[in-house]
Amino acid sequence: MDPADLAAGASESATGAARLAAETAGGLDPFMIGLTVFALAVIVGYYVVWRVTPALHSPLLSVTNAISSVIIVGALVAAGPVELNFSKIMGFIAVTLASVNIFGGFIVTQRMLQMFKKKPAGREPAP
Amino acid sequence: MSENLAALAYLAASLCFIMALRGLSSPETARAGNVFGIAGMVIAITTTLLLPEVVSYVQILAGIVVGGAIGTFIAVRIQMTALPQLIAVFHSLVGLAAVLVAAAALNAPEAYGIAAGAGIKVSSLIEMSLGTAIGAVTFTGSVVAFAKLQGLVSGKPLTFPGQHLLNALLGVALVAAAVWFVLTGSHMGFWALAALAFTLGLLLIMPIGGADMPVVISMLNSYSGWAACGIGFTLENNLLIITGALVGSSGAILSYIMCKGMNRSIINVILGGFGGEAAPAPAGAGDEDKTVKPGSAEDAAFILKNARSVIVVPGYGMAVAQAQHALRELADLLKKAGVGVRYAIHPVAGRMPGHMNVLLAEANVPYDEVFELEAINRDFASTDVAVVIGANDVTNPAAKNDPKSPIYGMPVFDVENAGTVLFVKRSLASGYAGVDNELFYRANTMMLFGDAKKMCEGIIKALG
Repeated sequence: MDPADLAAGASESATGAARLAAETAGGLDPFMIGLTVFALAVIVGYYVVWRVTPALHSPLLSVTNAISSVIIVGALVAAGPVELNFSKIMGFIAVTLASVNIFGGFIVTQRMLQMFKKKPAGREPAP
Repeated sequence: MSENLAALAYLAASLCFIMALRGLSSPETARAGNVFGIAGMVIAITTTLLLPEVVSYVQILAGIVVGGAIGTFIAVRIQMTALPQLIAVFHSLVGLAAVLVAAAALNAPEAYGIAAGAGIKVSSLIEMSLGTAIGAVTFTGSVVAFAKLQGLVSGKPLTFPGQHLLNALLGVALVAAAVWFVLTGSHMGFWALAALAFTLGLLLIMPIGGADMPVVISMLNSYSGWAACGIGFTLENNLLIITGALVGSSGAILSYIMCKGMNRSIINVILGGFGGEAAPAPAGAGDEDKTVKPGSAEDAAFILKNARSVIVVPGYGMAVAQAQHALRELADLLKKAGVGVRYAIHPVAGRMPGHMNVLLAEANVPYDEVFELEAINRDFASTDVAVVIGANDVTNPAAKNDPKSPIYGMPVFDVENAGTVLFVKRSLASGYAGVDNELFYRANTMMLFGDAKKMCEGIIKALG
């Protein structure tokens, strides 16, 4: 590659140059951090989920569903700025959708778990 | 809030989510687990709201209140028998939210710190296309699953010639669109990718039959997790990556358990078409010497009253007839008369993993009377009466001794080893797999024809 071209490209924007430097000059790509976290989380998930008792597989589905709505974090950043644009509208809709899921998911999980009781030893039988 | 502090708070939220899943290892700790889950979500949302770039609180609050009100309303009102549909709807929302967040990030990359010069970093584009594709498939796939479970479209597998070829072509086109998008960062490429994935999601779930829904629901659960993960990579957010990975592996494990419960491979389920009208009814030879012994509610009451131990095997038919409450009343009467009653649940009974457990719990059946297949299957031999209510294929001995049967190799209950088998069923029709059940014709089987709920009530009346 012609060094002059490279220099010209890099000087187009200061941030672009900084990122180019980070990506080419041996800086740690954020992707690698993400990948590390991902691999470890999959292992944790594997061991934790295999310990879930089969009787509670339905609550497992609904609670994982509720926590996967943590995607609202990404939606909030999009909906956050003052000026109205396409990105903000998308973010706002996503915030609303994820909220349905968060409230609905946790409440329905709670309802299910309330029903799992031991033998009525002293506890009053529900009507 | 500084970036480091936010990362720390996100870590706390991630740990809360892990604790939420950990709690589900036993019913005693499960409720505390759910509280951890809620705490994690509150931490995650509060932290994000305190980020300096998030300022339009009014609109955000409006979105949360509106969405939250809808979610709360649905969750409080939903019937427990309709849970599978509800979960399907919730999955679709996560999928759609993932697509929308990706679209937002594409249009405002600087807000997420993923801009590079005039465009977006190539690595972010790759992650974005993955998150979008999986999210879109989750969305439309879940909508189809909902429609099937709700009975809006037929639960029968919908197949047509060239289906697999069409899906394969769509898959290739999807990859092509992703490559186009990654190389050019073109918005057109993004929407083409999304449109193809939306279509693929529809077509993937269409051919899968109603009784395979436990696998479909688990699979879509898994997809929604991976979609969140893809978005997490795009936004370089570890909380999203961790949560997505937890949910993704959870759904994958559930899918595996469900497939094992039917002795089928995940590929076989995805290709679909199982248990449709295609399955031939093996009528013909030997039909004339098959006789069934029908019985009345009074006969059943007499047999049950004189038993010492009873095992109930509930299936989807119990859910359809809403018979769980009547069944529990019947069990209470029997227990009062000194009869030991236990319940045996097959991994794939019902329309979602753990469906039967929730319905029995709803009817106040204590969970320590409810057993899994491996835990109870040996006990049928020492049991006086097995009551099969709304189940069929999971009791079929053909799974053990007929290598030609489509359900051969599927783990089933050895109900035929019990002294007497009471089979509550509406007719002699074959089960979902389209296989005749030889159990109907055994000498120790009594068929109780009728609606599961009415039959339970009839037996209660006869007992009293």
